[in-house]
Amino acid sequence: MDSIYRNLRNRNASNHMSEPYDEAALIARIQAGDKAACAECIEIHSPAVYRLALRLMQNEAEAEDVMQETFLNAFKAIDSFEGRSGLGTWLYRIAHNAAMMRLRRPNPYTVSVEETLSPETQGIVPRQLFDWCCLPEEDFESDEVRTELEQAIGELPEALKAVFILRELEGLSTAETAEALGLSPGAVKVRLHRARLWLRERLTPYFAELAHEAQGI
Amino acid sequence: MDVENCRHMLGDLSDYLDGEASAEICAEIEQHMDGCEDCRIVVDTLRKTVLLYRDLPPPPMPQGARRRLFQALDLEEYLAHDA
Repeated sequence: MDSIYRNLRNRNASNHMSEPYDEAALIARIQAGDKAACAECIEIHSPAVYRLALRLMQNEAEAEDVMQETFLNAFKAIDSFEGRSGLGTWLYRIAHNAAMMRLRRPNPYTVSVEETLSPETQGIVPRQLFDWCCLPEEDFESDEVRTELEQAIGELPEALKAVFILRELEGLSTAETAEALGLSPGAVKVRLHRARLWLRERLTPYFAELAHEAQGI
Repeated sequence: MDVENCRHMLGDLSDYLDGEASAEICAEIEQHMDGCEDCRIVVDTLRKTVLLYRDLPPPPMPQGARRRLFQALDLEEYLAHDA
């Protein structure tokens, strides 16, 4: 069976962090205090950092704050960047930590990226069994459906959300997602699978209603 | 849905959809779906869910966000034209 992800990286290529450029040279310039290099880094990486922040925070103003904090922290800590991961993956990690600190207030010191999965994310058994694939393709292309899809991401259990965003929407590999979130590759695969099942359950009643409306039921 | 018989298949579904499952697992899933309407629906709607998210347009940055970011980092002199 062909992978449905074959073109995901290409889809994001125009604004994704994996766009080819001399990353090592850019990092060296930032480490040397070159402000123009910092600006270049922002131009390259800020759209992706913002997307992650927005989907985690579900609020534009908070997402902007997280984005600003991410680059402030990154430039402060750039000397400690060892290049074990890509710069983009490192920025995703900083952004995720910044978002989690905000989301978990007032107990920021309990932050653990490698949190255990809560009971609601374990052993998701499909219960919604309406087949909504029969809907005409144009019914999936409305702004209302896109809003519903984004809203469902926002409702994903915390343990699954960042994995789904990075792996599925940003097109990171399992290894890159694991590096960005401080998880094992196995944990990334399990969480991605559970996130997909969770979203299918969440979206099925919505699409079932659309199908019933279309059929005049 | 017969949870006991179907649970085993569920665990491999993402590998199956991603094209990462072995030929043996793929054949097992497809054979199971032939006799299990509930699982066929789950596979089809799960695949559609993934495809819908794959096609979801990325949210753009709000007007002025880039300028505010450059300002916050004291990099305004490098700001060409705000989007």
